[in-house]
Amino acid sequence: MPADSERVLDVRDLQVYFPVRSRGVFPRTIGQIKAVDGVSLHVEAGKTLGLVGESGCGKSTTGRAILRLTQPTAGSVELNGTDITNLSRRQLRPLRREAQMIFQDPYNALNPRQTIGSIIAAPFRIQGVEPPGGVRTAVRELLDRVGLNPEHVNRYPNEFSGGQRQRIGIARAIALRPKLIICDEPVSALDVSIQAQILNLLQDLQDDFGVSYLFIAHDLAVVRQIADRVAVMYLGHIVESSSREELYKRPLHPYTHALLSAVPIPDPEAQTQRERIVLGGDLPSPLNPPSGCVFHTRCFVAQDRCRTEVPIMRDMGQGHLVACHFPIEEQRIGEVIHGPDSGLTAPLEPEPGYFSESITDLGAVGTTRLDSANSTDEGI
Amino acid sequence: MSQVVETESRASEADPSDVKGRSLTQIAWGRLRRDKTFIVSTIILAFFLLAAIFAPVITGFLGVDPYSLDPDVLDPAGGKPIGPWGGASWEHPLGVEWGTGRDIFARLIYGLRISLLIAFSATILVVILGTLFGIISGYARGWVDASIGRLMDLILAFPFFLIILALSGTMTQRLTDLGVPEGNASRITYLILVLGIFGWPYLARIVRGEVLSLREREFVESAVSLGASTPRILFREILPNLWAPILVYATLLLPVYVATEAVLSFLGVGVLPPDPSFGAMLGASTQYWTLVPSYLFIPGTLLVIIVVAFNLAGDSVRDALDPKAAKR
Ligand SMILES: Nc1ncnc2c1ncn2[C@@H]1O[C@H](COP(=O)(O)OP(=O)(O)OP(=O)(O)O)[C@@H](O)[C@H]1O
Ligand code: SF4
Ligand SMILES: [Mg+2]
Repeated sequence: MPADSERVLDVRDLQVYFPVRSRGVFPRTIGQIKAVDGVSLHVEAGKTLGLVGESGCGKSTTGRAILRLTQPTAGSVELNGTDITNLSRRQLRPLRREAQMIFQDPYNALNPRQTIGSIIAAPFRIQGVEPPGGVRTAVRELLDRVGLNPEHVNRYPNEFSGGQRQRIGIARAIALRPKLIICDEPVSALDVSIQAQILNLLQDLQDDFGVSYLFIAHDLAVVRQIADRVAVMYLGHIVESSSREELYKRPLHPYTHALLSAVPIPDPEAQTQRERIVLGGDLPSPLNPPSGCVFHTRCFVAQDRCRTEVPIMRDMGQGHLVACHFPIEEQRIGEVIHGPDSGLTAPLEPEPGYFSESITDLGAVGTTRLDSANSTDEGI
Repeated sequence: MSQVVETESRASEADPSDVKGRSLTQIAWGRLRRDKTFIVSTIILAFFLLAAIFAPVITGFLGVDPYSLDPDVLDPAGGKPIGPWGGASWEHPLGVEWGTGRDIFARLIYGLRISLLIAFSATILVVILGTLFGIISGYARGWVDASIGRLMDLILAFPFFLIILALSGTMTQRLTDLGVPEGNASRITYLILVLGIFGWPYLARIVRGEVLSLREREFVESAVSLGASTPRILFREILPNLWAPILVYATLLLPVYVATEAVLSFLGVGVLPPDPSFGAMLGASTQYWTLVPSYLFIPGTLLVIIVVAFNLAGDSVRDALDPKAAKR
């Protein structure tokens, strides 16, 4: 990683807290949901940073705070070297064309009362940009670019499938040639067959325009196909980040190990070797995060120190950052999870009954809840 | 959920002829056109609406009018209309009034005119106020929302009929002082204003709820992330999605106001004689209906037909605009 590489996005110590108010005539703030709690990340020009974590860990909130759709509580967001954290709405307006978003739910992302043409023309209209050849031509070119029929400008979103709608959302996002696009789980709601098409399209667009992506996903399988660098998020914190090759080859954080063990590995030989690590319990509430290392309630190598001392982010070499007191090297993983009293592993595709039995004795380990690689059950 | 199989080829290139696109409105319209209940009730309503609008033309053509007295058709002793059915004849198709000899048909369609004028105006007022307050309340949230909420609670807590009756005299006078022509013009304006002012909170609540959920939809976020101004978001992104619930509410509110107007003029708040109105006709009929049943029967039936037709049409509109049914 050359030191002088251009950073399109630089986020430092981002915090987003949502106040929880009591109901009643005079609401008081009775607590804070620490949705994002000290996230630092950066995206280089023309590159993709994958942001991975379980549902509810604060990925979307991070993305929304970067675009100032939610006001950050603390920290800074630099877009192309400009600190936008505290810019007024007016000051922000011209900068908005530099960063766009693609949303998870293609059914909510498009206004059902507008034609495709006016949806894709909105970026030009709102930003007052007159593309060469006019807006209509630009819209048709964009439709063509994302693989839709330009003749369909006058159609409404209800006439398109999920994958097609996502293409429309992509056309809108690239209309102003932004430097950064935040892709918030853009393929999670789609059929597996269509996921690959959309990922390919995003990759092609990056190759053509050099756009950078902050690519949010809830599993490591999708990110593996598109990201250059991967950051793993847990309960509002980045727990590990490194280049893609490094992360998949040499994961260090126990949470990353658990996530990786859930990813089906293309190489059949490797698949047999990697054993599924099942985390007990649910994601703790961000309203009342655990002390010390936020992961300690579910960590299978946690020790006393983890409960009291917050692990700081350390560089383990070549920009491989990890926030853990006891990072697990690959050669140690077998010994860790096969320890005398561990019982934490299971074959990759276990029978449902297998778990409940082996887990009951363990007490600390409850039912499994790791987002599986295949997300079609989320609905379309 | 629809499992649309998408191929790598250009999306739906199979039907190049059909590039026009069908909006949700067009889909709803297509459904309405196939809905027999809607068609019948709309024809009935259109018929009455035209009758009301062209009341002077129609009465002129028939050679009747709602005001002129006709003592010739009355029994000089007691003023009872001569002949059966309230003195129905070729000159007076639906008979004449007891004591004055005024033509019932003419009074009926002039009464319809006033009734529909009040109902439509009050509904429009409700739609304007309800939409405006609802959007502001839902989008601004915070203390603005809370204040509008309290205002609505206050209005809804008022004993509506009591207020409308108690304030009728003074407020009508106020309107006259403000330059509204004296008499029934002021009384009608008063009715429209009161119905509108007491009616908007219900619609505002519906609109507010819709806005609260719409503003969380990602297409609104997308507009924000493009730097769209608040008016653009409100009027271009959110408002077009509100027309369906507003339209449904308005079509169901119209018959309520037609009936309310009748009740109010029955109670003496509405239009005063010599101008005709449903309520006044029904009110007058209570004295004579055992002798001349058509006095009660004619305006009563008309009122029922109009109210039912509006309700049926409103139901059809609601069904046609139902977003759940809109998903193919
Ligand atoms: N506007 C809000 N007000 C209060 N809490 C919020 C708000 N938005 C998000 N949260 C909370 O913040 C936490 C993180 O939410 P976020 O949507 O960022 O998670 P996520 O990682 O994107 O999850 P998913 O994979 O389900 O999209 C959740 O606990 C959520 O309940
Ligand atoms: S710091 Fe401790 S609890 Fe946290 S991940 Fe590392 S070992 Fe587990
Ligand atoms: Mg999310």
